[in-house]
Amino acid sequence: MFAMMAALLAIVGIFQSWNVALTIVNLCLISSIMTLGVNIQWGYAGLVNFGMMGFTALGGLAAVLIAMPPVPEAWAAGGSGVMAGLVIIIATAIVSLLIWKQLKGRGAKRYWLTALSIVIGVVIMRLVADPSIAAIESVESARTGYLGGFGLPVTLSWIAGGFVAAGAAFVIGRISLGLRSDYLAIATLGISEIVIYVLKNEDWLARGVKNINGLPRPVPYEIELQASQWVVQLADMLGASVVDVSTITVKLSYAGLFTIVLLIFLWLSEVALRSPWGRMMRAIRDNEVAANAMGKHVTAHHLQVFILGSAMVGVAGAMLTTLDGQFTPASYQPLRFTFLIWVMVIVGGSGNNFGSVLGGFIVWFFWIESEPLGLWFISTITAGLADGSALKTQLVENAAHMRLMTMGIILLVMLRFAPQGLLPEQKR
Amino acid sequence: MMDILNALTVIGNFVLIPGLAYGSQLALGALGVTLVYSVLRFSNFAHGEMMSFGAMLSVLVTFWLQSAGIGLGLLPTALIALPVSILGTILLCLLIDRLVYRYYRQTRAPNVTYLIVSIGVMFTIGGLVRFIIGPSDRIFTDGSRFIIKARSFKEMTGLNEGLAIKMTQGVTLATAIVIVIAVFWFLNKTRTGKSMRAYSDNEDLALLSGINPERVVMITWVIAAALAAIAGTLYGLDKSFKPFTFLQLLLPIFAAAIVGGVGSPVGAIAGGFVIAFSELFITFAYKKVLTYLLPESLAPESLMQLLSTEYKIALSFIILVIVLLIRPTGLFSGKTL
Repeated sequence: MFAMMAALLAIVGIFQSWNVALTIVNLCLISSIMTLGVNIQWGYAGLVNFGMMGFTALGGLAAVLIAMPPVPEAWAAGGSGVMAGLVIIIATAIVSLLIWKQLKGRGAKRYWLTALSIVIGVVIMRLVADPSIAAIESVESARTGYLGGFGLPVTLSWIAGGFVAAGAAFVIGRISLGLRSDYLAIATLGISEIVIYVLKNEDWLARGVKNINGLPRPVPYEIELQASQWVVQLADMLGASVVDVSTITVKLSYAGLFTIVLLIFLWLSEVALRSPWGRMMRAIRDNEVAANAMGKHVTAHHLQVFILGSAMVGVAGAMLTTLDGQFTPASYQPLRFTFLIWVMVIVGGSGNNFGSVLGGFIVWFFWIESEPLGLWFISTITAGLADGSALKTQLVENAAHMRLMTMGIILLVMLRFAPQGLLPEQKR
Repeated sequence: MMDILNALTVIGNFVLIPGLAYGSQLALGALGVTLVYSVLRFSNFAHGEMMSFGAMLSVLVTFWLQSAGIGLGLLPTALIALPVSILGTILLCLLIDRLVYRYYRQTRAPNVTYLIVSIGVMFTIGGLVRFIIGPSDRIFTDGSRFIIKARSFKEMTGLNEGLAIKMTQGVTLATAIVIVIAVFWFLNKTRTGKSMRAYSDNEDLALLSGINPERVVMITWVIAAALAAIAGTLYGLDKSFKPFTFLQLLLPIFAAAIVGGVGSPVGAIAGGFVIAFSELFITFAYKKVLTYLLPESLAPESLMQLLSTEYKIALSFIILVIVLLIRPTGLFSGKTL
């Protein structure tokens, strides 16, 4: 299976260009890490998490906060105010939680007092933070207008992305893991949308929809490579242009870094799957009541696996933002970052880590390549029609949208005829 | 006195009327989701795309009618197109049920499987819609734009503030009322409707008393598809038709269904309006209203918004999450999972 995948990529390399093939490979690698994250939640523990998009975006936010240089003017203008606001919001959360816990069994009073404390907290927070936020956003708003990051190497952000996502997953998991399958799915989907809305609108944090461009890179820039001696020599030797060689070198080094991360996660997941912990997870998945009766704390373990899986997705999100070199909150769509990842896991084989990786590769490959393939397919079947006929223009114009339909049909066919996926879970 | 009336008009114009229209669209969508949930027992993620498909058919038929010069005068032409689109959506749903869902019913699959299957259906219909009509924005509203114009309202009443009712809002509300009455009459008065409710209450008992499950499922799909087509068309008339908005609309619809209590038709209607009005009331800028109501010295400087307008849709998700956490059965105690 993996050999076939490599062959497919090689075909793209030969017929389109190696540049395209490597772009696909890089995104395949990132997608595979995300699928591993979904797989340990769904495949090991049976949790339906439709909040992948939120964790991806939080990973991307971590990349921005770690790697971008700080903006001292903005910090001077409103840093203290925003920090005070954050402290107030955390204090509000703690106080409200305390009230909520203390008033257990007191009926309506509990709801009103908790709501009141939240409202008071939010009002105080806005009074404190609003002027500072306005001040920050007016600092050279065309270029910065946000607090900036820490100016650390961007690869560090991959680890940070994991931690940010894990922190968010802890909070989200604590509030929503009591819900069963359907509701958990809808709740996580809703929460991930909220995360995106916050990122879009809180400009002081990461410029919102104004986006952040030019993130530092862990690999050299093409321009630098083109100036260096060995690239020129290599290009001479291969008979390719210097530009091609340099871009491919950059992409190869990304691919190398991503592969290392993927292998680490794959190894960890496999170890976890074979460990007593993995056996217990499967026991909980297959029969929650029995596992509970055996003295396993089901909710606590669900929370564990939820955090671990989401952290992986966070790492992948940070890597994705690093690869793109930009952070664009508006580009996070549930179709692409949540549902497509789920298709990958189901197609690859839920419960099998290698299956998930394979699913990530295959589905991403066809997601990208179904556009040229669809166009080719359409132009072949419409070859008999006269040029300029309405039907033909319509078909050719919209061929690009074939990929949604293709994905849907692949998913439905897999679920019907091979619900185990391409590489089924191994019975142990 | 005039001030109070003016303030009320402002609220009416910017909150009540848009809220009624948007609320009816959500309510119709949520009613479909709830029916599918109570009979087939899964959250249908494809419902948004079913709405999209129905709206697309309306758009196409409307364009064809317009080119043929057929219209309804003041009313939007899409109303003639509606029956065709309902029929088309019903056919699509029955086809999908036959090809996809029936297998899982027969094998008695767990409801997580249905959930993931419905995502496959969502992708497929979404792709189909984009393939047929393309991803761009289509405006297919015609007829007269307003029932009452802001200016004529001012002249009529002598108030400072205008109250405008758009034709699409009026049509939405009227259609929604008719449809909701029809659905409730069907569920409560007819034999088929009663068998449907019995089936959703207790599947095994219903089977024992000789109710044909395949027929109940078929009728459920027919109603859900019709509701989806109507809701989608009305939403498209009111705003405009863009294929990708329907995935965004899915969450407010789920929110409405859950707030009302999944599985409870009355709850779905109530939930739709709760979501619509809380979105509008919380993001509404109260400056103008307060300027009328308060003495001049107290007139507010800022917009007096509880939450900025960008968070409008996010608000329905927040309500959804809160309801799931503190009262998962919803206002009208539907089923819990």
